Parts: sequence; structure tokens; C-alpha cells
Amino acid sequence: MDTAIASRALTKRYGELTAVDHLDLEIERGEVFGLLGPNGAGKTTTILMLLGLAEPSSGTVRVAGIDPVRQPLDAKRIVGYLPDSVGFYESLTGRENLRYTARLNGLPRVMGEERISELLDLVGLNGASDSPAGTYSRGMLQRLGLADALVKDPEILILDEPTAAIDPEGVIEILGLIRSLAKERGVALLLSSHLLNQVQAVCDRVGIFVAGKLIACGRPEELVESGGLSTIEIGVTGAGNEIRAALAAAPGVTTVVPPPGTGPGLWQITAAALDVPAIVRTLAAAGIDIWQVRRLGTDLADIYHHFFEQGTTDDDDH
Amino acid sequence: MTTTTEDSTTFVTRQRSHGWRVVARKELADYLLSARFIVLLIILSLAAAGAVYAAASGIRDVAPQASGAPSLFLRLFTISADPMPFSFFALIGFLAPILGIAFGFDAISGERAQGTLPRLIAQPIHRDDVINGKYVAGLFVIGVMLTTLVLIVAGLGIFRLGITPTFSEAIRLLMWLVVAILYVGFWLAFATLCSVALRRASSSAMVAIATWLVLALFAALLVHLLAGVIAPAPADATNAELLHNAQVEQNLSRLSPITLYDDATSALLDPEVRSVGVVTVQQLDRAIVTDLSLDQSLLLVWPQIVGLVALTAVSFAVAYVVFMRQEIRA
Repeated sequence: MDTAIASRALTKRYGELTAVDHLDLEIERGEVFGLLGPNGAGKTTTILMLLGLAEPSSGTVRVAGIDPVRQPLDAKRIVGYLPDSVGFYESLTGRENLRYTARLNGLPRVMGEERISELLDLVGLNGASDSPAGTYSRGMLQRLGLADALVKDPEILILDEPTAAIDPEGVIEILGLIRSLAKERGVALLLSSHLLNQVQAVCDRVGIFVAGKLIACGRPEELVESGGLSTIEIGVTGAGNEIRAALAAAPGVTTVVPPPGTGPGLWQITAAALDVPAIVRTLAAAGIDIWQVRRLGTDLADIYHHFFEQGTTDDDDH
Repeated sequence: MTTTTEDSTTFVTRQRSHGWRVVARKELADYLLSARFIVLLIILSLAAAGAVYAAASGIRDVAPQASGAPSLFLRLFTISADPMPFSFFALIGFLAPILGIAFGFDAISGERAQGTLPRLIAQPIHRDDVINGKYVAGLFVIGVMLTTLVLIVAGLGIFRLGITPTFSEAIRLLMWLVVAILYVGFWLAFATLCSVALRRASSSAMVAIATWLVLALFAALLVHLLAGVIAPAPADATNAELLHNAQVEQNLSRLSPITLYDDATSALLDPEVRSVGVVTVQQLDRAIVTDLSLDQSLLLVWPQIVGLVALTAVSFAVAYVVFMRQEIRA
């Protein structure tokens, strides 16, 4: 397979702080890779190094075989980039903004115009393409940013928080679009996000990035299995003491964590050899009403939290 | 490597040298439509027309004495008369920094504020293309503005006074225009430097304006004090000491672009000026007042012109270095 992005022991230090710590990453053409992590984990720094906008302290990066440190222009020619909280010239229309990007990329005028119309169509901005970008909503700017990143017809597309300001419906649409782009055009796609449920849906592989380190990397299903947590979350109604007693008596249970506050809530149970039906039967026999049982570790969210507990504080808001 | 890469490589060799042109073209279009351009043009035109109109009236009033005076046409630009307190060249000297700062203070910080900078530098252009393109566009707009102004004012003067410039007067005026544009160019470069170094456009404008005010208002005082320290001239100083003090003071003051512009202007627009340095009374004794030829005047102000270009180059160099070392994040 064709490697689009490769980094070896990539490190970036700012004085005492190590923002990115020996990152080894490999992304192939046509692959959608999600870089997950809280703000400040080093995602943006990594992206800047891939683009040649920040110089690595040590280690190497290659984008399509090009070293962005030595040949930044060659790298920037083939890498489309949508920055976090992208901005546009407010007095220019969406179309004029894209036209500027096309010129900066040396596209011939006619070809540029065609591509711009096509892209505006693609991201669903055709109706607003001739109003000033200053009148756009955050979500529209994000869409325009996506079109902007595509103007140069990139081989590699890097999207920093691409769905941060888009409404839920739009997110599904945009992510679908992003995925089909990668698949149809064979574009390698790296997207960073702290909203993992979105990432989970579109990514072939994800990497969980905490405090400059890639602490887990693989297909979402693989990660779920490797997480292998024997924890269930169970929603029951009844008196706290009774529930606690019944849960503790259930087969194999090692720890019981009550829900925060009083009243009904979700209890977390960790068991050595998790036998969910047996636990449910025990509780039912004790006369406790069960309204929800969920096995943790089957959702990327849980993996994320699991890894986070070892990492730094988290600001995720999904 | 795949064919796509090769294709894109070929088209970029073509555009590599044109990155700054693309930036300049866009900025030019922006400037020409911007409110600041229109407002500055109106203010400048009114002030300049007023200055020249007043000067013309002044000359007409003293026409009998003035007849036969050399370079009467250039006097239009150099004398002030009621009700305008400034001559045209002093006015431009005063407004040039404002022009330069107005077109430069948000060059980079404005992009930063709009969030367009990360996108811009992720395009296949060098970072200095951004600065160069913006500088060229700004200087072009200002150049067009000043040239138009000088032409209008000269026309007005011809109309009011009924005298036409001689060839050498026209060339002097043209040379002065070049110096004025260089002078604005320095302030534009300095304001661009501020916009690179400071995150916010407002602080960049503040620093640039403050620098200009300090140079314009307090530089003379500072230079005087410094000269007193370096080459003291006590009350009982000898002539040599006094001369040394005056020379040190003058050389120090030439670190300021304002002095450079004033020196160059006075020598270019007034052919009778024979030195921009320290002149003693003995040297003037029995000197015959004649006009310097154009090439002699140019020779006289050549160091000033070089000085202005050098100051501009230094501002640019610092701006480049700072910009290159900056990490651009959203």
C-alpha cells in the first residue's frame, strides 16, 4: 500500500513542555484516520509539523514521501488543510475567497472557476456563494473551509476539528462527504477531533492522543476489544442499601460504584468473569427493577474515558 | 513518485515566483475599495489643495518682490501662507507616516484576527511572499495617491499663478516625489513589522503611531541631551567643541527618518540650499547666493536617500525574521 503520511519518533518540545512525544504514525492513501484527544493533547502541533508550519524538535515526517521541513512548498502543494476555527476574508464572497486560494495554488483561471463551482456545490454552499463571507454562520464557514482545503485537489487532506461548529444533521452530512472523498479520490485523510462518536462513524482507524503520546491506535473495533473491560453499567430502581447488597452478592462482582447523588441512577459493576445474565437474574430475584443494562467497553467513548483516566484532565463535551 | 505529484510540481515552478503577485493583486483590490483609502484620499486632497492655494495667494501678494526669484514654481510647495500653517511638503511630511501606518498596521495582524493566516500560509507560497505582496500593494496605492496629488496641486498652481515649471523644476519635483514615496515606504515597512510582531492590530497601530510621535516630538530633545553627553559643549566651550557638539547632534538626529526626509526635501525643492550639514557663519561670509544644479542637489541628498532605504531594509529584515520564527496557530 501507498503510504501517505509517515512519522518516526516525531517530537516537538516547547522549552520544558513536550507537546508531541515520539509519535510514530502511518496513514495510507484512501484511509480515514481519526486523531482523538482532548484540547492541548498535541493534535494541532502534530498537524502543523505535517504541514511544515512547525519544525519538529526531533524525528522525521514524510507526506507522500516529501519532507515538509526541507520542501515546505512541495508539501503544501499536495496537502489540503482545514485549520481549527477557520477564517475567511469577511468582505469577500465565499467564491472570491476560494478564488484567492486557487490563484495562490497557481491554478489556471478557467480550471479554477470550474472547480470552485463544483466544490461549492459539493459542500452545499451554492446558494450563499456570492454573499460576503462575513455574513456566514460558523457552520457555513466550516463548509467553506472544507471546500477551500479541496481547491488544490490535495492528495492528503488534514482537517483540524472539522465538525466543531456544525449542527448534528450537518455533521453527518459533512462526515459522509469527507469519507466518500477519501474513498473515491484515494485521498489520505487525517481528521482530529475531541468528539469521538463522530470520528467513530467515519474513521478506518483512530489514534487516541493524550499529552503528546499516542496511547492507543487501531480500528475502532480492535480498540474496543483490546480495552476488554469487564464493567457493566446497570440502571435500577430501589433503595440504595438493598441494591448495593444485591449487587455485591451477584456472581463474580468485585467492585460496585453507586451513581452520584441519591435516587435511581446508573450503577457501575466490575466483575472478574463477567456474566451479565447471571447478574441480571440475581437482581431480579432480589425484586429489584432493572431498566437498563449496558456493557462498557463496547463503545469508543468508554475506551476514551478509560484511557483518559490515566491521562490528563479532559474537556470532552459529547 | 506518482504522476500527480509530477504534474503539480510543474505547475508550481511556474507560480513559485508569482506568490507575492497573487497576494499583491488581492490586497490592491481590497485597498482600492476600502474605506480607509477613500477617507485618506479625501483628507489628503483637501489639505494639499488648501496648502497650495494659500501658498499661491501668498506668492501673488508679494509678486513684485518675487519676480526674478529663482524656482518660483517650487515655492508653491515650500512656503506656507495664511490661513494654512503648513507648506505642502511639510504637510506631506506630516501625513506620510499616517499613510504608511494606515496601510501597514494590520497587514499580518489583520489576517491573524480574521483567522485567515493559518489558511494563507498553508498554501504553497513562501511566508515572505505574504509580506512582500502586501508591501508592494500598499506602496503602489500610496504612490498613486501621492503622484496624483502632486500632479493636481501642480496643475492648480499653474492655473493660479500662471507660471509653468522649467524642466529642472519638474525633475526636482519628481525626485522629491520619489523621496516622499520612499519615506512613506519606510513607515509602511515599520508598520508591517509592528503587525508581524504584535498579535493585535490595535496594539500594532498604537506602537507604530507612538514611535512616530516620539520621533516627531521628542527626538530633537533626546538627541540634544545625548549630544551633550557624547560631545559636551559647556558655556566656555571652544569653537571646535561647539562645532563637534553640533555635528554629533546632527548625525544623531539623522537616525530618524523624519530628519532624513526633511533634509532631502529642503535640498531638492530649494535649489539655493547648498548643504544639509552644519554651516558656520564664516562659511557663509561673502558666499554668492546661486542655485545648485540638479545633479549637485541630488548628490547632496544622496546619503539621506540611502539612509531612508537602509531604515526600510532593516524594518523588513526584522519583520521577515520575526515572521519566519513565528508559529502560526488558529
